[in-house]
Amino acid sequence: MARAVSTRTRIGYTAAAWFVALLIFFPILYTIITSLKTEQEAISGFSLIPSFTLSSFEAVQTQNDYWKPFTNSVILSVGSTILALIVAIPAAWAMAFSPTKNTKNILMWMLSTKMMPAVAVLVPIYLIFLRTGLMDTRIGLTVMLMLINLPIVVWMLYTYFREIPGEILEAARMDGASLKDEILYVLTPMAVPGIASTMLLNVILAWNEAFWTIQLTTTNAAPLSAFIASFSSPQGLFWAKLSAASVMAIAPILIMGWFSQKQLVRGLTFGAVK
Amino acid sequence: MGRITLENVTKRFGDVEVIPPLNLDIEDGEFVVFVGPSGCGKSTLLRLIAGLEDTSGGQILIDGNDATDTPPARRGLAMVFQSYALYPHMSVRKNIAFPMRMANVDQAEQDRRIAAAAAALNLTDYLDRRPGQLSGGQRQRVAIGRAIVREPAAFLFDEPLSNLDAALRVGMRLEISELHQRLKTTMIYVTHDQVEAMTMADKIVVLRAGHIEQVGSPMDLYRTPRNLFVAGFIGSPKMNLITGPAAADHDATTIGVRPEHIKVSATEGTWKGRIGVSEHLGSDTFFYIEDTGLSETITVRAGGEIDLHHGDTVWLTPDPTKIHRFDAQGDRIA
Amino acid sequence: MATRQTASLARLMRAPAIILLLIWMIVPLGMTLYYSFLNYNLLNPTGTSWAGWFNYQYFYSDPAFFDAIWNTLALVLGVLTITVVGGIAIALLIDKPIFGQGIVRILVISPFFVMPPVAALIWKNMIMHPSYGVFADIARFFGAQPVDWFAQFPLTSIIIIVAWQWLPFATLILLTALQSLDGEQMEAAEMDGAGSLSRFIHLTLPHMARAITVVILIQTIFLLGIYAEILVTTNGGPGNASTNLTYLIYRAARLNFDIGGAAAGGIIAVILANIVAVFLMRAVGKNLD
Repeated sequence: MARAVSTRTRIGYTAAAWFVALLIFFPILYTIITSLKTEQEAISGFSLIPSFTLSSFEAVQTQNDYWKPFTNSVILSVGSTILALIVAIPAAWAMAFSPTKNTKNILMWMLSTKMMPAVAVLVPIYLIFLRTGLMDTRIGLTVMLMLINLPIVVWMLYTYFREIPGEILEAARMDGASLKDEILYVLTPMAVPGIASTMLLNVILAWNEAFWTIQLTTTNAAPLSAFIASFSSPQGLFWAKLSAASVMAIAPILIMGWFSQKQLVRGLTFGAVK
Repeated sequence: MGRITLENVTKRFGDVEVIPPLNLDIEDGEFVVFVGPSGCGKSTLLRLIAGLEDTSGGQILIDGNDATDTPPARRGLAMVFQSYALYPHMSVRKNIAFPMRMANVDQAEQDRRIAAAAAALNLTDYLDRRPGQLSGGQRQRVAIGRAIVREPAAFLFDEPLSNLDAALRVGMRLEISELHQRLKTTMIYVTHDQVEAMTMADKIVVLRAGHIEQVGSPMDLYRTPRNLFVAGFIGSPKMNLITGPAAADHDATTIGVRPEHIKVSATEGTWKGRIGVSEHLGSDTFFYIEDTGLSETITVRAGGEIDLHHGDTVWLTPDPTKIHRFDAQGDRIA
Repeated sequence: MATRQTASLARLMRAPAIILLLIWMIVPLGMTLYYSFLNYNLLNPTGTSWAGWFNYQYFYSDPAFFDAIWNTLALVLGVLTITVVGGIAIALLIDKPIFGQGIVRILVISPFFVMPPVAALIWKNMIMHPSYGVFADIARFFGAQPVDWFAQFPLTSIIIIVAWQWLPFATLILLTALQSLDGEQMEAAEMDGAGSLSRFIHLTLPHMARAITVVILIQTIFLLGIYAEILVTTNGGPGNASTNLTYLIYRAARLNFDIGGAAAGGIIAVILANIVAVFLMRAVGKNLD
């Protein structure tokens, strides 16, 4: 409600909100702080002031070959997203602009494939990957990530495309635009923001995927999620180094995530909440 | 040139026939209004002419050539949509230029036509804005500008004023009428508002359930409505339609008298009644007369300065030469 | 003509996505079903034989199975309760006129973008570690004995971690719903003499019902599949104390190489997920148009 609130009330709410926000953010904050400590500092009790050393970051990069899983993460998340878009854009387009009686059902069915527990198909997928030599390859995992996120991508694009009013396309047709002109000059510019949002969210989801990446990789194709999971073994005892690796794994996606708040709501709720 | 002829044009959606075989001639330069209640098929008919819907049967001729299977882009028509349908990612200038760009009109000619359209529509100061930054009336002008620059054989308007507020509507109505007088191009205009139809049209086509109920000039329709539907639809306030003994006196099932054709008197007349609601508009006064013993409450239009009020007993006299008679089927008795 | 051409083109454009998802749904699931009736162990692939219902009976008679079902339910319900109640509270707070709302939002949603293994590692080592964690530091500060979270309260610890990951999601969606609440409606209710509590119960909550429904549905789907958090922290232990169904099947397939058993478990997981999905859809279906 647009109403003047006394400054004191406002300060009260502000203090409460900031307290809660910092509490929720604290584990991340503390990890960032620890990543800037020496190993000695990291295990010598609670402290919010690090010595601002970057040695842990260097150590992770040199000792653990950090760039390989990082590169894998980029390739897998971006690659699977582009693949998904190639398949999903025409499908969502068709469903949005020439819907049939079954369009709603098809969309619901696509959603339902998302409800299948991943573990239910662990056995066959694992065996297929073993036997076809796809195990621990980027191509195999890219296809997997594309498949598991395809329903979300189709849904999200569909809700964006649906917002392009049909009359605008008719206007273009009346204005003498051929199908090619219509797609090139009218539809594409209007669809680009939606496609970009979908892409952003899907990259985030693929980057953070941690079931199939762990099951289907060992070293070659392992992205950051699998790489970090391996830190649960003895190496995890190096606190500062673990923190540095964690920060590097989450930083790019955290920043992307901040820019995608709105799209996140829409994508993850299949357009049910906008 | 913009002569449009519909021959036995039919449209079915699945099993539902929304337009039964329909014939209509639209002369070059005419301002034709399709009017009717919502769901009467008027917009569908317009979209058939535009080519945005495929016909299920019959032929559409534009200037004598069969255009039934011609895609909308090549029919040489321009359309103004209810939602304006402007391209949100283009400036006003680019919106107006779009049809010319599609037609490969050279740049100098494009600039000339844009400048002319913008001047005519008061858009010169807004050419570099996006549609999102314009008011409803301005968006409507841009849509019209985009149609003008095509120099089409005919303009199609699909309820173009229904998203505007009342004051703007009157202004835009005038502008569209002026535009027609200036360009003398065929215009086909769809509306559910009979006031728009009466004020703008050379020829009104009254539609109901896909059928043409009557075609004629506004005054034709006003003076000699062919049936009860047209009688009730054209004219504001609505014609009084009376059944029962009062109608039987005139050898009809129903008689119709327009509010402006009934004389009110405090002393004498044909029907006696009591004023229910009275609306004093200044220029006119509308009385709703109850307890007349007739089948309906009677609406009467009187002068603005008349000194009668709620509760007064009055006498009504219909002008005998302006009584419309209808038979049991609702058709006019000549 | 134009529109008919469009229709067949549309069919062509839809086909790849539909065919891909159809294959993705039918083939692996069919294989799982088939394997679930086999005696098939990767350590002894030559001894493969038809098993009938044996794998299901075996799974059913295994006490670990019921532990896993129980843990799965506790995990889902625990996290749902924390995130929905907490999400409503935080959304209401952030929606108030506060300074720096944008930054507060960013801080609150951040955990959602932390990949599960990292989230689990941060909590395991930075926060809950019995000697070096922040909780231990706090306990020592008050002179108490630090708690060994993953040994003493393994399932609770995992619920806390997962709730931390999903609280931002619930908050963000509920906040979005809250912000679309009509201000005039609220003012009308105020004119009608409704106090702030009854406004919350009669206007705000019903308005958010759809969003709450969506949060519950979507989180349930994801929470049934919690895996990496368990792998990184407790490995399902001690004993089976923090093993959920997903983890149990993973163990059967990947650690015991029991293909038949894992497949049978997979089928049970599908059935459970469907029961939950149908139940949820029906219980809350009226909120989803």
